[in-house]
Order: sequence, then C-alpha cells, then structure tokens
Amino acid sequence: MEEGHIISAQVPTGKPARVTSTINSQGNGDRAPAALIARILAGEKQLFHDLIRPVERAVFVMLFMLLRNEIDAEDAAQETFIKIYRNLHNFRGESKFSTWVVSIARNEGLAWLRKRSSRPEEAIQPILDQDGEASTGDFTPALLTDWREVPLETLERKELGQCLCRAVLNLPPIYRDVVQLRDMDDLDIAETASVLGITEGSVKVRLHRARIMLQKELVPLLEKYAPAKRGFFWRRV
Amino acid sequence: MKIDCKHVWDYISAYIDGDVDHALRAEIDRHLEHCEICSAVMDSTRNVVVLMADERVFEIPGGYSERLHHRLDALLLTGDSSG
Repeated sequence: MEEGHIISAQVPTGKPARVTSTINSQGNGDRAPAALIARILAGEKQLFHDLIRPVERAVFVMLFMLLRNEIDAEDAAQETFIKIYRNLHNFRGESKFSTWVVSIARNEGLAWLRKRSSRPEEAIQPILDQDGEASTGDFTPALLTDWREVPLETLERKELGQCLCRAVLNLPPIYRDVVQLRDMDDLDIAETASVLGITEGSVKVRLHRARIMLQKELVPLLEKYAPAKRGFFWRRV
Repeated sequence: MKIDCKHVWDYISAYIDGDVDHALRAEIDRHLEHCEICSAVMDSTRNVVVLMADERVFEIPGGYSERLHHRLDALLLTGDSSG
C-alpha cells in the first residue's frame, strides 16, 4: 500500500445500480412472464423461446458454477429448460419466474453432480460453517489506504474478467452460491434464500463473508487496473 | 453510539446493500469521513460488487443460445426432447 494516497470520496449508499441486464429485468418488453406462460400453455408453444431468453444466461452460469465444465453445463442447461417446458403448468406464480427457473437449474446441477460424483469437493448438501452463522464472524477485509476506482471499461480486457471469474469459482460453494445469485444474477435476499433453501439471515452472513473474501483476493489484482489519476469526483486529499 | 473500524467492517456488506438502519448508517458515515482505511475498504468492496454484476466477467460459450433454442425447437415441434 502506498502511504499518503488517501481517498476522500464517499461511497454512495445502497446497492450499486447494475450495469447490465439481469434475470430480474425480464427483457420481454411489456409481455410479463405470466402472460407469456398463459399463452404458451394455451398452445402458442413458440413463445417459450421468448420466455426463457432473459434467464438462459443465469441458468448456464448456475450450472457452470456447480459442474465446472462448459460441456456438462450446456447439456444440463438444455435438460433444465426441457424440464421447465414440461412443468410449466406447475408454475403457480408464487415466486418470480426467474427464481423458479434458477431453482430448477440448481436442482438439475446437483442431480448431475450426484450422478457424476467425480468431484467430491462439491458437496451435495451445503457445508455448514463450523462457527455457525449467527454473526459475521472474524472476517477482516484487506486493509489499504489507497483505492482507485477500476473503470468498468477495463472489463473489455479479458484478463480482468478471468481474474474475477476465477475468484468466484475459488470461493467455498456456500459463499459462491450467494455471490452468484445475489451479485451476479441480482436476486434479492429473499429470492436467494428461497433458491438455496436457507434463511435470509444466513444469506446475509454468507454474502458478507463472500464479499470480504473477494475483496481480499481481488484488491491486489485490481490495483494494477486502476487509472493513474483520479477524475474530478475521485480527488485525493 | 461510537463505532470503531472493526464494527464498520462487520457492516460493510449490509451498508453496501442499504440494509442498515438510519442511526447506524449515520454513524458509519461519520466514521468514514475521518478514517481513510475504512473508506478505502468500503470503496474497494463496493467496487468488487459492481464489477461482479457485469456480464463481461463471465463469458458464455459462443453458440450456447443458438444450440439451446435449436434443441428446444425440436421439442416444441414434436413434443419430444430427443431432438
């Protein structure tokens, strides 16, 4: 860390606005999933393509995180969407369609893991923390006095994206799950809890720990991507 | 209520999500005003969250969508998943 380089900028409050589309922005224009589903069930089968486009990325990412193999993830994704089509009449609208889909994808991925059983480190059941989840525990971040904003444009460089992806993949499964659903797929806390079958409190604790782990892992890597000088809003004192 | 750095670190994730009450947020804000380490930690963690949300972090294999919809076409046309 460089001494004397001090950040004066205040962190905006609230979860940062997303920069890309997510499964919570359905992307079907004005056609809500419920209306599309009703039409599909009434015989307009081809609308199923439109229904799933907003969630197909999230399903692949979920399955790749579990299976760690692109070919298996793609095959499992296809099987997932076939199951979704065949069980569409069972969707009651009690949760968001996207949450329902991700839950089915997760179950499909876990079933593939059971069948494959070649990756014992990927526990079928979530590994419970030894110290419980009543508190955030002793998770300390990487300490630094200089943090320069890494511009999103930097993601054009494949190397950075690969670093971030690797960092998520290297998280213990219970932490990777919450980061993927909450921070990558933009599910809210309740939806994340529903997909994982855990309490909202556990989601918050795991998310906190996961973000601290990522901060510690990524700060040294990201520093080299930071711009040399701050813009107007990021002056040093 | 007076909070220290350790206390702030315990609430980093909740603070970023806007999930702390008004009094605690005000106290954390006051701390961040004078603690450059915690400010940098908060900035860096928030930046990681922002970057993770970007779809460019995780690349989907080329042709994934096309292959998926082709497979589904076979299902939708025949009602059979073997296509």
